[in-house]
Amino acid sequence: MTSATIQPPVGPDTTAARIPRKRIGTFRLYYRRFVRNRPAVAGVFVFAFLVLFAVVGPLIAQFSFSELDFLALGTPPDGTHWFGTAADGGDLFAQTAVGLQRSLMIALTVSIGTTVISAIVGTAAAYFGGTTERIILLIIHFLMVVPTFLILALVSSNAGGDWRVISAAMIFISWFFPARVIWTMALSLREREYVHAARYMGVPGMKIVLRHLLPNIGSLLVINFTLGVVGAVITETGLSFIGFGVKIPDVSLGSLIGIGANSLSSAPWTFYFPALALTLLTVSMALIADGLRDALDPTSAAGGRA
Amino acid sequence: MTAPLLSVRDLHVSFASEAGRVDAVRGVSFDLEPGRTLSIVGESGSGKSVTSLAIMGLLDDNAKVSGSIMFDGTELVGKGDKELSTLRGNGIAMIFQDPLTSLTPVYTIGDQLVEALTVHRSMSQADATARAIELLRMVGIPTPERRLKSFPHEFSGGMRQRVVIAIAMANNPKLIIADEPTTALDVTIQAQILDLIATAQRETGAAVIMITHDMGVVAKTADDVLVMYAGKPVEQAPVRELFHETRMPYSIGLLGAIPRVDKAEKTPLVPIKGNPPLLVNLPDECPFVARCPIATEACRTREPELRPIATAEGGAHLVACVRADEIEDGMIGGAPVYPVPELPTSALDRVPREDRPVTLDVRNMQKTFPLTKGAFLKRKVGEVHAVKGLTFDIREGETMAIVGESGCGKTTTLLQIMDLVTQTDGEITIAGTPVSTLHGGKAERAVRRDLQIVFQDPMGALDPRLTVADVIAEPLRAIGVPRAEADARVDELMDLVGLDPAHASRFPGAFSGGQRQRIGIARALATNPKIVVLDEPVSALDVSIQAGVINLLDELKVKLGLSYLFVAHDLSVVRHIADRVGVMYLGEFVEHGDVDAIFDNPQHPYTQALLSAIPVPDPDIERTRERIVLQGDLPSPTDRRDGCSFTSRCPLYKMLPPEQQSRCETEAPALKGSDAHANACHFR
Repeated sequence: MTSATIQPPVGPDTTAARIPRKRIGTFRLYYRRFVRNRPAVAGVFVFAFLVLFAVVGPLIAQFSFSELDFLALGTPPDGTHWFGTAADGGDLFAQTAVGLQRSLMIALTVSIGTTVISAIVGTAAAYFGGTTERIILLIIHFLMVVPTFLILALVSSNAGGDWRVISAAMIFISWFFPARVIWTMALSLREREYVHAARYMGVPGMKIVLRHLLPNIGSLLVINFTLGVVGAVITETGLSFIGFGVKIPDVSLGSLIGIGANSLSSAPWTFYFPALALTLLTVSMALIADGLRDALDPTSAAGGRA
Repeated sequence: MTAPLLSVRDLHVSFASEAGRVDAVRGVSFDLEPGRTLSIVGESGSGKSVTSLAIMGLLDDNAKVSGSIMFDGTELVGKGDKELSTLRGNGIAMIFQDPLTSLTPVYTIGDQLVEALTVHRSMSQADATARAIELLRMVGIPTPERRLKSFPHEFSGGMRQRVVIAIAMANNPKLIIADEPTTALDVTIQAQILDLIATAQRETGAAVIMITHDMGVVAKTADDVLVMYAGKPVEQAPVRELFHETRMPYSIGLLGAIPRVDKAEKTPLVPIKGNPPLLVNLPDECPFVARCPIATEACRTREPELRPIATAEGGAHLVACVRADEIEDGMIGGAPVYPVPELPTSALDRVPREDRPVTLDVRNMQKTFPLTKGAFLKRKVGEVHAVKGLTFDIREGETMAIVGESGCGKTTTLLQIMDLVTQTDGEITIAGTPVSTLHGGKAERAVRRDLQIVFQDPMGALDPRLTVADVIAEPLRAIGVPRAEADARVDELMDLVGLDPAHASRFPGAFSGGQRQRIGIARALATNPKIVVLDEPVSALDVSIQAGVINLLDELKVKLGLSYLFVAHDLSVVRHIADRVGVMYLGEFVEHGDVDAIFDNPQHPYTQALLSAIPVPDPDIERTRERIVLQGDLPSPTDRRDGCSFTSRCPLYKMLPPEQQSRCETEAPALKGSDAHANACHFR
């Protein structure tokens, strides 16, 4: 809350006293509120570090991720193999970096795709109502009863482990649940007076959806997005584990963790390094999500004064 | 003078919050004798509800209560929840504001009444049921034996409030606390409920604490009045004293800020500037000092104590103002405490109505909703006539008000206009463009430029995610004004409605209710519209803030030559702001014409009843005038009637001989009379 300010009476005198000034842009305001949240900033740094590692790691690694060093089978971390090697002699440093890269690409693509599609479809269904709503809900309800994991397994198996096809398939099977949740949230927003107000100003329908409905379920979308990242990594891990996901020689965090879990007692580093990367990834996403929610939510006390 | 039933001494209530300790109540003291009514008046956040909750012991655990509350010889402060439970509903009963939520929806009202009876005393089921029926009859619920089995949702708001009062009366309480009991109700129902509370008080001999912000209700019901501001009583006096010998500038302001339904002259209202202070870390000064027009240095040195003051009336009058002795009849040193703001007069006032251009013209507007049955295959079983052949026009620089109880079709009328609905056998013409000729989004947007709306709820109408600048610029952007131009216009508009343009990049949440409503008005004015539709624009605001917004609307109308279509249920506000009035009942105008003609000489029995139901903020007038109290609620619009729709509640109809009554039942009356004053009653 701001302090109680006394408004000047309407009149020419207030016009005269006015000083020209620069208006702070909306995004600048969000930025200010975001950086006030220390853990969120830490999350950004961790996430940036992971991205840097995924991009630069393979370049500075001594070995290629697919190269097998037969002189060092399952050795612990040392000067040559910084993260140690797997039982077959693969360099874990290079593999973790590349695996992280893959997982990041898949997780971000899937999560962004899912969030965007579900948000637009869900809010549009709620706002436009009538036939549009009925058709969209029909499709969603139909997809809900289809055995989607089977479709995913078939598609990714046919694609031969291409991560782009896997991502597309994962978006296809995971957009409709959040879309339905968003639809119910947006239903209550549709009746808000500011939505009516915008309609009465002659703002086109799709613009109302994008400008008034979507931002007001923003915190839900942000949570959906982070959970989506975590969920996508887990789905991809599951797929890779049962052999339908990313195929050898290509690696992902999922497949590395799957392999590492088998030799947890004999060569724990094969499990811990990929698992650490995964944990850092999900924790940093959660911190960022928290900060974003506080920054975007005008009613949040954590954001302080606007 | 009997011994006080309730004696509150130096009551303090504070809450811990993130911002610091909130001192919600800071030293309230009063005595209340049996059979008397104490009114606690104040704006939202003044601590009036917290005081009542403290007496009931219903505050949260994080509330710190100190001081003393003696009820019937027992000290209540410091008692545990269990001990207080034996008092609540038994010795002390409470009537809450919202009748829609104060009854449990899953139990029948019979169950709830019986529960209220049996929880405090052992009673056989049969006895309790008999008493429940008796109570329902006492509060005027027809056929109580049958209604006992009904669920709360089967009752209207007014009926539910009657049930709540019946529950409050169940155990013959010694004290009834009514927290804004009529705020959520229509005026006609409010009159019924206030009478009922008076009856309940007479029957049980209870003392009543009436918490309200409505000075009219105070004038009608109270014996003593306690005016609260920032958690502290600032003036305490018998009711006549308070209204006629007001000494505290805040009370004077409150009384000056309300429009009067019984006065014709259009003097501007006197708003109190600014907003109440936050109750955190209050400095040791008069809390009203920042808003007080007569504040001096002495007011800032320390907080004034409540002290007795001698007046001509000679009642027990306490006031907390250092300059109270100088104030006499709202004047200080020969000048009014609140300087009356000047309103510019319009050049249009001199042009007769007939010569002004028509900005909004509505001919024979109809709206029916289908009544459907069945879950899957929806069958149409009938129609609800929400609006039945409404015809009116609004000229340039004119305010047309539509008044009526909730459910009469006011909002439907507005939505028909705002949605630009093509009428089957009528026409809506907006600034010269008939809506039936509109095709395509571009033509529609061109019309929307001339037609804007201000909503009731100042919070809900502003997108909380947009900055104020974006909110105000939205209608401009919608019609394709470039961003730079829109930004310049935003500053101009904020200035126009009395907001500081430097606050343009804040979010709506950082503004108070009145300021938000100003933002809403600025947005509506952005496109330079000809017609502004105002949907209850001040009903959600405190009275002192309301006055400022009403003055602003008046001023803007004159400055910009706007036409307003104003919907309100508060007839005092309507009288103040409107030039023309349409009184609506079940989708039809029953009386339509110039505001003074209608308010000074209401002809239709419904208008007469509506007007007489409004409490006038003057105890002498309020307690002596004749009133017509309407019986019952608004009938359901689903029932089809051949004749006049008002016959079920009409006081005139009851007095007519049978042959004239049959005319009312069979022949629907049409509006007759001149353009300046028309009514729809066969016998007026």
